[in-house]
Amino acid sequence: MADFSYGGSGSQVPAVPAAPAYGNAVEVQGLEKGFGAAPVLWDLDLTLGWGEFLTIFGANGAGKTTLLRILSGQTRPDGGAVRIAGFDLRRQSEAARRRVGVVSHNGFLYDDLTCRENLSFYGRLYAVANLKERVAEALERVGLSRRADRRVRSLSHGMQKRLSIARAILHQPSLLLLDEPESGLDRDSVSALAALLQEWTAAGRSVVMTTHNVDLGLAWGHRAATLSGGKLDFDRAADCPLPGSGGAAVGS
Amino acid sequence: MRFWRPMAALVWKDLLLELRSRDIVVSALVFGLLVAVVFNFALNVSPGRVAELAPGILWVAFAFAGTLAMSRAFVREREQGGLEGLLLAPVSRDAIFLGKVLVSFIFMLIIEAALLPVFAVLLNFSAFSLTLALTILLATLGFATLGTLFSAIAVQTRSREIMLPALFFPVILPVLIGAVEVSGTVMGGGGLGDGGTARWLPLMAVFDAVFLVICPWIFSIIAEE
Repeated sequence: MADFSYGGSGSQVPAVPAAPAYGNAVEVQGLEKGFGAAPVLWDLDLTLGWGEFLTIFGANGAGKTTLLRILSGQTRPDGGAVRIAGFDLRRQSEAARRRVGVVSHNGFLYDDLTCRENLSFYGRLYAVANLKERVAEALERVGLSRRADRRVRSLSHGMQKRLSIARAILHQPSLLLLDEPESGLDRDSVSALAALLQEWTAAGRSVVMTTHNVDLGLAWGHRAATLSGGKLDFDRAADCPLPGSGGAAVGS
Repeated sequence: MRFWRPMAALVWKDLLLELRSRDIVVSALVFGLLVAVVFNFALNVSPGRVAELAPGILWVAFAFAGTLAMSRAFVREREQGGLEGLLLAPVSRDAIFLGKVLVSFIFMLIIEAALLPVFAVLLNFSAFSLTLALTILLATLGFATLGTLFSAIAVQTRSREIMLPALFFPVILPVLIGAVEVSGTVMGGGGLGDGGTARWLPLMAVFDAVFLVICPWIFSIIAEE
């Protein structure tokens, strides 16, 4: 677990502080979203408690990314109610967005800024206190301290992914939304990400992750669900076998 | 504080990116210089026709160079995914929009400050005029405000290079006409209060105020989707 490791390996990086708990991490009721005439999400309900890790599987085009974009406030739903950490995503949008960190296929990073400058910029947008220290901490967590002053365009794809993870956790959000976070990461980095997320949920923070990697999704998540026909199916504990599946776990 | 800090961060980030890449200001400057040279040879502006021709040439160069700069700024933001990153942050859409306006305003002023002496030499007019400076400030503020809004709209479309001028110029026309009128008066030897300046300068200020109120509101609506 080379340089993505933190905590437990002699590193001086502080542990993830506990999340302030208001309501549930995520409450979704009757969510609807369509593009043109085609509905993508239909009457979708979801409740995620503090410290829970939900993995969502689904075929291409099932609406996984759309669901994450709605939860992060990037896409406006056609109907239904979404509350993040007790805040209505529509009416208390800024308070809700402050509590969310997003890792998606797009790293939201500027190629001509260094790793440190990118994090400092986002830290200012999120009004992060003690920014200098927090940036150094986040870089340490993803093993990019030695490359802190290198421009993003000079980093490999995997390193850029790690930096985008640092960007997402910089403001210590209560809810992490991860869209296939393992893509582009090498095996050691994936293991380190697993450790980070384990610590994240142990501190009472929550995670929603989409992935096509069933083994990884079931190993990491406390709950697993499949998104199909616009709704979440088989939403249950990740190690709970499907009825009549001969022992195969949910989502497989 | 919740408004100014993110706005300042946005300006810092865009200036730093431009210092590193120099692609916005340099490309707009080259374009502006080409306009100056081409018009100078094409129209052969004699001393007696300076007040008649020079303002139009000057503002054609400023307007198109500014449009190029604003379009490029948003394309860079979109190409690097920063626009979505900005909208994810717990920052008011007004702060994001006005930060972008301030950046466009600064870029345009830099471009204009570099082009103005060149035009003054080629077209033979005096660039040292407070009235001309005030005209440039007011027109540039209107340009930056409206141009930022239309750049944010045009960047979502496939034919963004055409969309921006097609949307932008019909709406900015009153400001452009005012800038040309006042510049003509100044280049003809007039000052504040002469010719159309008393009418056009307040009108340009009113347009700027209207743009500064309406554009952030429209931006917050389009940013939601």
